[in-house]
Amino acid sequence: MAITLTHYLVVAAALFTIGVFGIFVNRKNVIIILMSIELVLLAVNINLVAFSAHLQNIQGQVFAMLVLTVAAAEAAVGLAILVTYFRNRGGIAVEDISQMRG
Amino acid sequence: MMQPMQDLVASLPHVRPELLLAGFALVGVLIGAWGGDRLFGLLSALGVAALAGAGVLAVIDAPVAPVRVLQGAMVIDGLGVFAKVLIGLSAAAALALGADHFARDKDPRFEFPIMLTLAALGMFVMVSAQDLISLYVGVELQSLCAYVLAAWRRDDALSSEAGLKYFVLSAISSGLLLFGASFVYGFTGAIHFDAIASAAAEGGGVGLLFGLVLMLCALGFKMSAAPFHMWTPDVYEGAPTPVTAFFAAAPKVAAVILMARVLYEPFASFEPQWRQVVVALSAISMVWGAVGALLQTNLKRLMAYSSIGNMGFALMGLASGVAEGPVSALIYLAFYLPANIGIFALILAMRRNGAPAETVADLAGLAQTRPWMAALLTMLLFSIAGIPPFAGFLGKFLVFRAAVDAELVWLAVLGGVAAVVAAAYYLRLLSSVWFSAPAARFEPASFTIAATAVAGAALTFPVLVLALGSVQNWAEAAVRMNF
Repeated sequence: MAITLTHYLVVAAALFTIGVFGIFVNRKNVIIILMSIELVLLAVNINLVAFSAHLQNIQGQVFAMLVLTVAAAEAAVGLAILVTYFRNRGGIAVEDISQMRG
Repeated sequence: MMQPMQDLVASLPHVRPELLLAGFALVGVLIGAWGGDRLFGLLSALGVAALAGAGVLAVIDAPVAPVRVLQGAMVIDGLGVFAKVLIGLSAAAALALGADHFARDKDPRFEFPIMLTLAALGMFVMVSAQDLISLYVGVELQSLCAYVLAAWRRDDALSSEAGLKYFVLSAISSGLLLFGASFVYGFTGAIHFDAIASAAAEGGGVGLLFGLVLMLCALGFKMSAAPFHMWTPDVYEGAPTPVTAFFAAAPKVAAVILMARVLYEPFASFEPQWRQVVVALSAISMVWGAVGALLQTNLKRLMAYSSIGNMGFALMGLASGVAEGPVSALIYLAFYLPANIGIFALILAMRRNGAPAETVADLAGLAQTRPWMAALLTMLLFSIAGIPPFAGFLGKFLVFRAAVDAELVWLAVLGGVAAVVAAAYYLRLLSSVWFSAPAARFEPASFTIAATAVAGAALTFPVLVLALGSVQNWAEAAVRMNF
């Protein structure tokens, strides 16, 4: 069986869904949320590269490169904020992030 | 297509505002690394000059017809210039407030003006974006700086919680934006807005529509339109107040203008489809912004719901279609920003024994202890509530008229009801200010804070009211150049 564009899109959509669910369903650890965010961005990259190969158009791969770069910066900023949060609260459990409500 | 090098050289004169901001940020990092935090005051002053200068430079360099620069990645046009003026000036005001606030709190860190300038640079890229990549990079530059700014008080649990919440929720919306953008790219084969527009005009199908809706949801998140507003009250409450003042002003303009660009440039042919989405965002935001605020006692949370509601009114303008809609949304934003900055300046001015006022009850009897402050607050809140003769009323009137002209009468009626409900909580605040038994006197405000509050109030009445004609002409010219 030949692997077509649709297969790639299904994989990407599945990864994207797993990532989004990982963010909302997980109640334990903020690190898992960071991993889920990476999963979402990688799903997008699969989409972009698959479309790029299918369309014989290089722009999608350039886009994917930029997404990778920004994702790295985003993870760095997120971890830095997580460190300050840990120092203030002594833990990173998701259910504790609720000092502010309403 | 020109050669890349020639194109770059030809583009540089057109992006002078962006170069000024980027140049300040890069040089500022070096100066700060060398001089440390004792240069906080100097770097902040330079940052205010750079931000205001970038806004002014955008006007000086304003082109007669849209100019595509950097191989079509960005466009310099009237819409972008209008937005850059608002963003540059409001970011400069927020930086001035922040410089004063952090110096008084003995927490000067030289990165603050640099982070804020980089966020403004991201917004400048957003409002000029002409392809999906510059759209994404602009949004992310703005967002990454905003997370750091929200968590600016490292030793404060609320501030780091605000930063963390903002980061997680905003990262999801970035994921949605990208997923949508990848579908737009896949189903049109193009990333440039012009090429997407011509592909979309030939149909495009469900995949393209799916991508567009995902992108709209993400942009709705960035401008805190309900139902994507859940981060707003927490981030506004937890972030340091000058940062909240910044969040409430410049990023909203950038997100609304970017949404206008996406709707009216690449997806103009999808108007019947996207109009439903924008109308829904607008209606839910107006209602939720009004209802959610009724039970709030914290001033910054109250302002968060106020900004959600106000974004609903701006979206009502966008939903109204090409003729008058975007013009009314631009004027609405231009009239909303000064009042917003002025209110946050007053919130910063309300300090007792070094502790900031946080709740509505803290303002009790302000009219007797500090009558001038009470008078300014009354003007600013009347303007945001849309009570004539203040500028906010004219902004609301114009978006309502655009909605009625676009046969969205029910949306205008709903907006009117929401505005009345919202007026209830502004008036509740004012009744506490004018009629409650006075609490202890606030400390005297610094010159920067007082000047910003007075300037904001003066703009709401009478400056902008008298200048309505020229603002309107300018906004019309800006929109006519593009759409």
